[in-house]
Amino acid sequence: MNWDPITRIVGSLGIYTKIDFEQKKVAECHSTSSIFRGYSIFMKNKDPRDTHFITSRICGICGDNHATCSVYAQNMAYGIKTPPLGEWIVNLGEAAEYMFDHCIFQDNLVGVDYCEMMVRETNPSVWEKAKRTEAPHAQDHGYRTIAEIMTALNPFQGEFYREALVMSRLTREMFCLMEGRHVHPSTLYPGGVGTVPSIQVFTDYLVRLTKYAEFMKKVIPLHDDLFDFFYQALPGYEGVGRRRILLGCWGSFQDPDVCDYRYETMERWGRSMFVTPGIVVDGELVTTSLVDINVGMRILLGSSYYEDWEESETFVQEDPLGNPIDQKHPWNQTTIPKPQKRDFDSRYTWVMSPRWLDKRTGDHLALDTGGGPIARLWTTALAGLVDIGYVQAPGDKTVRIRLPKTATKPEKEFVWKIPQWSNAIERNRARSYFQAYAAAVGLYCCEKAMQEVHAGRTQTFTPFKVPDEAIGCGFHEAVRGVLSHHLVIRNGRVANYHPYPPTPWNASPRDIYGTPGPYEDAIQNTPIFEENGPDKFKGIDIMRAVRSFDPCLPCGVHMYLGPGKQLELTHTPTGMLGLNKRTANKTAVLK
Amino acid sequence: MTTPKVNANHAPAVKEIHVVWMTTGLSCDGDSVSTTAASLPSIEDVVLGAIPGLPKVHLHNPVLAYEVGDDFMQYWHKAAAGELEPFVLVLEGSVPNEEIKSEGYWAAMGTDPNTGQPITTNEWIDRLAPKATAVIAAGTCATYGGIHAMQGNPTGAMGLADYLGWNWRSKAGLPIVNVPGCPVQPDNMMETLLYLLYQVAGLAPMIPLDDQLRPTWLFGKTVHEGCDRGSYYEQGDFAHEYGSPKCLVKIGCWGPVVNCNVTKRGWMDGIGGCPNVGGICIACTMPGFPDKFMPFMDEPPGATFSSMLISSYGPLIRSLRAITNRAVNQEPKWRHRGPELTTGYEPDYYGEGNGAPNGNGHAHHQHHH
Repeated sequence: MNWDPITRIVGSLGIYTKIDFEQKKVAECHSTSSIFRGYSIFMKNKDPRDTHFITSRICGICGDNHATCSVYAQNMAYGIKTPPLGEWIVNLGEAAEYMFDHCIFQDNLVGVDYCEMMVRETNPSVWEKAKRTEAPHAQDHGYRTIAEIMTALNPFQGEFYREALVMSRLTREMFCLMEGRHVHPSTLYPGGVGTVPSIQVFTDYLVRLTKYAEFMKKVIPLHDDLFDFFYQALPGYEGVGRRRILLGCWGSFQDPDVCDYRYETMERWGRSMFVTPGIVVDGELVTTSLVDINVGMRILLGSSYYEDWEESETFVQEDPLGNPIDQKHPWNQTTIPKPQKRDFDSRYTWVMSPRWLDKRTGDHLALDTGGGPIARLWTTALAGLVDIGYVQAPGDKTVRIRLPKTATKPEKEFVWKIPQWSNAIERNRARSYFQAYAAAVGLYCCEKAMQEVHAGRTQTFTPFKVPDEAIGCGFHEAVRGVLSHHLVIRNGRVANYHPYPPTPWNASPRDIYGTPGPYEDAIQNTPIFEENGPDKFKGIDIMRAVRSFDPCLPCGVHMYLGPGKQLELTHTPTGMLGLNKRTANKTAVLK
Repeated sequence: MTTPKVNANHAPAVKEIHVVWMTTGLSCDGDSVSTTAASLPSIEDVVLGAIPGLPKVHLHNPVLAYEVGDDFMQYWHKAAAGELEPFVLVLEGSVPNEEIKSEGYWAAMGTDPNTGQPITTNEWIDRLAPKATAVIAAGTCATYGGIHAMQGNPTGAMGLADYLGWNWRSKAGLPIVNVPGCPVQPDNMMETLLYLLYQVAGLAPMIPLDDQLRPTWLFGKTVHEGCDRGSYYEQGDFAHEYGSPKCLVKIGCWGPVVNCNVTKRGWMDGIGGCPNVGGICIACTMPGFPDKFMPFMDEPPGATFSSMLISSYGPLIRSLRAITNRAVNQEPKWRHRGPELTTGYEPDYYGEGNGAPNGNGHAHHQHHH
């Protein structure tokens, strides 16, 4: 049986799985990508000022995150900072992007996995139970039972599905007010923005934002009810998509009072971001330093269609603080494509394997982003650094989000608490809470921007010259997680440029050490709750596990259903090699 | 008295139609995402039958589909077998050149059950295009190659018309319909689809296209002709820094020679855009994009002269602009089929090209040679 592609995602990822129906478990999983475009190759020798325009085109749903991250890297390389009003405008654009993107993904793409049509098809007994289960927050969202929520999520026909589509447009209008056009912005530049900072542009943004804030007061209770119901209806559901807690967040929303884009001060301004950067290993916050994060990055091969660049040029020997920079670091990467047949015993994907070297243990950690929000909230909650009035991380393992009174709903505080697991349901729940977080940051930045305008400080752009020789790096959160851009300039041109979006982290294959990527091990652990047998199998639990990471690449999932042969659940890569071969043979027989 | 003929009473020439939408060119899926932003009409307006006189529309787009895996791919296989009649094929993303290497794939969707290898996007185009009633290339990558067909690219990417041939016609006699834009302006895309649905329903004549296969009513004017900053230009009053409300031609705007309606239409429901809201026009709708417009943030070469002479020599400027407009309405020469990669990238690990020895010259655009 062959499943290709996974729909309702954006991007290029494939996952091959072997299901053990007797044990009701996924026995093995490989993640593969079906598209290669070659950005790092065709950007060589281009004018560095073109890089945010070009890299925006990497992604059709969060291109502006790339453009922004490129601008951050260019600012560092050119030695400039954005005027405060320009920085507030960028923050407002990015807040709108999170509001839009999480909204459409949660309720028009992921939501369908939890809709009436799907649940009736995969788990009829759960549907029956949903009809009998009253929604605890019915007074907040208006749906009496869990079944009514599921019906409202039916594609196109469902009332809430259509409402979310409309809200995704309202928030994209907010985005366009700040960054011109969606999804590839027109008004974003190194040094600032071209957006004309009129009173009107902020009024137009704020009024739409209040409508979204009101929508949030419905959305969070609705999703809490829906997700809590799955834990209750299907005991053990916490195992779906569960993996070790290995989360990365590169921080979001610059504070213009602190951020000067210098590498030397990066730790300080990184910690003043309104989403705190950090790495969480087994529940412990290992670092909040962007310098640590940067220096520890390694891009490994092992299962990817590329040649090694060990012998290629080393562009950056050490960072501006004197830390040595590894040859496998993005600053020193040379991308050398080698197209070849797909072979799950050796090389099977266009995705490389980004890892983070944990100096304490020497492990190359396969960090994931959990689709973005869960990692952002987790690092922010543990760090306890954020306090912008509408959002607070008091240091008690919570994040508190306050949305003021809106047209028909009173002020509301939402409290996100660090969950017990890093799994599909909690990734999805965090997404709803982060929608409110982004709205709250939007309120704060809108007020700060208007203060600048009222005070007559309307400069949005800092002029600059491109230096002959420079390096830069940008750290940001794309909607679905960590995003970095590494830039080397020589003779005033791009000598090297390597962007690392969240999906290479999440969708990475087995690396040279045999460590599987996050999708691979999260799915390998997933128990099967679907009531259909092999003949009508939809793979809904696997779909929910994959989609909880918010995959973002043209993507396909392939499943091979072994006829009866039981496989032990395994993480040992050497053991997998033998299994793979048997699977491949079996596949040929099945077909 | 007879009842006037209205669309609501019209029985469409076909009762149902499928839209088979491929996102697996070299793309970012940005044109699908952009299309979800459309409101004039919205996707749900068309899918739920809110517009009188149209056939029932079944949309098969991977970003929005309910179905997954084989359940989803069945429409592709049926379409290829001639069992999904009629259908409109939409392609998003540039078409890579799969002939320049010995094995592997640049872009694929689904797996061939016989080989276990991915089915390339090019193979799908070859299977589906001959069966389609109409073919839309959505976005600048699919229309002309776009960003992924930039000089020095490793995949030999090109536009759909470079691949199928510029004189290609569907079985119903329609040329490829190009809706450029990086990404497509949302309502431009949905309105073009709507027009084709009217045409298929028997309610509209042949879609009017220009020589670059663009709908004339959307791309017949330049950015500059619709720009609300044009009066600054007229007064010789130019922005020298980003953030200024004045005309942007001296800091990189290509609006005077770019065919696009964004300054008139805005980005969404009249909101946003490019030069009208402070963003330079980088010419993202054009066949020559991006190479002929880089570096984007420098003043376009012709702009110094024309902005200097603006007040007294209007007619001269119009003719000079027409020359530039013709030049940037052509793609660079390296976007083509055949076993040779001519983008400037020199691969070490591709093996021998697997295409026909002398390439596939028939597919080249006549305007380009």
